[in-house]
Amino acid sequence: MAATFFGEVVKAPCRAGAEDDEEEEEERRRETPEDREVRRQLARKSLATFHLGSQSAPWTRDTNLRSSCLSLPQCRDYSGTVPSERFLSSTPSGREVRLLRRQTKASLEVALLEKYSCSRFIIAVGNNAVAFLSSFVMNSGVWEEVGCAKLWNEWCRTTDAVHMSPTEAHCVFYHLKSNPSVFLCQCSCYVAEDQQYQWLEKVFGSCPKKNMQVTVLTCRHVTDYKTSESTGSLPSPFLKALKTQNFKDPVCCSLLEQPNIVHDLPAAVLSYCQVWQLPAVLYLCYTDVMKLDLLTAEAFKPVLSSRGLKGLAKNVPQSTEILRKLMTANEVQSNIYT
Amino acid sequence: MFVPCGESGPDLSGCTLLLPAVSVGNVGQLAIDLIISTLNMSKIGYFYTDCLVPMVGNNPYATAEENSTELSINTEVYSLPSRKLVALQLRSIFIKYKSSSFCEKLLSWVKSSSFARVIVLSSSHSYQRNDLQLRSTPFRYLLTPCMQDSAQNEIQSLNWQEMEKTPCIPEMSDSDYCVRIPGGGITRTLYQESCSKEIPMAVLLKFVSEGDNIPDALGLVEYLPTPSTLPWKIPSSWKLLFGSGLPPALF
Repeated sequence: MAATFFGEVVKAPCRAGAEDDEEEEEERRRETPEDREVRRQLARKSLATFHLGSQSAPWTRDTNLRSSCLSLPQCRDYSGTVPSERFLSSTPSGREVRLLRRQTKASLEVALLEKYSCSRFIIAVGNNAVAFLSSFVMNSGVWEEVGCAKLWNEWCRTTDAVHMSPTEAHCVFYHLKSNPSVFLCQCSCYVAEDQQYQWLEKVFGSCPKKNMQVTVLTCRHVTDYKTSESTGSLPSPFLKALKTQNFKDPVCCSLLEQPNIVHDLPAAVLSYCQVWQLPAVLYLCYTDVMKLDLLTAEAFKPVLSSRGLKGLAKNVPQSTEILRKLMTANEVQSNIYT
Repeated sequence: MFVPCGESGPDLSGCTLLLPAVSVGNVGQLAIDLIISTLNMSKIGYFYTDCLVPMVGNNPYATAEENSTELSINTEVYSLPSRKLVALQLRSIFIKYKSSSFCEKLLSWVKSSSFARVIVLSSSHSYQRNDLQLRSTPFRYLLTPCMQDSAQNEIQSLNWQEMEKTPCIPEMSDSDYCVRIPGGGITRTLYQESCSKEIPMAVLLKFVSEGDNIPDALGLVEYLPTPSTLPWKIPSSWKLLFGSGLPPALF
């Protein structure tokens, strides 16, 4: 507890996170029926849904968000067998999901990468990483949309989870038409902590393919970077990498030093790959500009020479120009006189 | 679930499992860091669940360039076979409403692995002490019934103090008495479940306040029945605990 200047006694935040279970239990016992109904409605909005289409839309066409569901695949143990315990058996009702085909709305019982063969999986998390992949990779080939994750949480700017517009934050999956085993995920929405494991199960499933290489691109603010110097003196943006034990290729920048850590969806993906012995690398761009920024997006350029993105970017100067135009189009034009 | 680093799971039967509770000041977690770092324990696997917030970073116990690039995740298991010691380290907080599920999975693993005993390192809010506790040592212990028989002599020789029972409802004079561990995270749940499941468990905790809790962690590990005679080795990940360097322009 702590005392404020005005003599109030308030509960101070604890570094240990949640307090005793007894306090959570007490909060649940105090709920009225109205509280429970609100909680049920919030849980319905927080459903993470995926949609797989039998006819994919090429990248060059606008894609509308569709909604469907994925079932929960069973988890596997380290011997490769599937134990009886479901990974998300403790998920409250209302947050369970099902897989539906877009056209027939029939349920599918498999995760995205169990349905398709995958040799390379590239995921961009955050607007700058998404802009980089859009300009340098997606504009260098024909990519077909194979799935879409629509999810709602408290960080979404819309309160309507059903009628989100295409320009709202979302998570879309593509594969390369000329080499369908190359997958790409553009994730510009925030996947909440309690949704990250669901996301993993629905994308990777319970049988991770050990010959699949995973590359993750994301950004963090430079003030998150711990160093003995002042972060103000660091030449941002700069790139750092983290790799799993099974990733044997050279990385395109220096590794992230202790005591720095990564969390959110990129950490969830890398943890999954480390545990199930998949080769994976995370490229993390520390920047002092978190909105869409040309310098920040361009900071990922060294990654184009990595094995994960090799051969996917064809014309770098043209892509740079496309990125510049993308940035210009997204700039807020402000003129108080018009 | 436990996922080993190698192809096959190690034999953990008869070992002592040390684990922290995510509690006030993160004292338990700091203590486990000290134990793993000082005893140079090797990573043997992960306790992979959907119950804790994901996080990754490079090896927090790195001693040289060669071993500084091993990736670490939020829940890892380390062992020291020569002392039949296993340590589970938790590096992040529980996802809301998942702590009970974690306790269930953890104790199920304890049973299936046939650990000889479990020692939980924890802490409790120092501001919630009663008058008696304020005047005594800040260290407390709790033993499950099946642990009491085997550890009674050792407890007496160590001169530990058992955690007092306090009123379940503090303001009520006729309230029942129970073990309360405010700020202890999952400590009480683990203890109560272990009592009912007949798991030999000892809880060691210290009354602390939030702040620089490194001295508290050192105090707690020294309270343990001598797992190490070596000086405690501070892990390399403990640098910059309170943030980056300051900008020179500030002065």
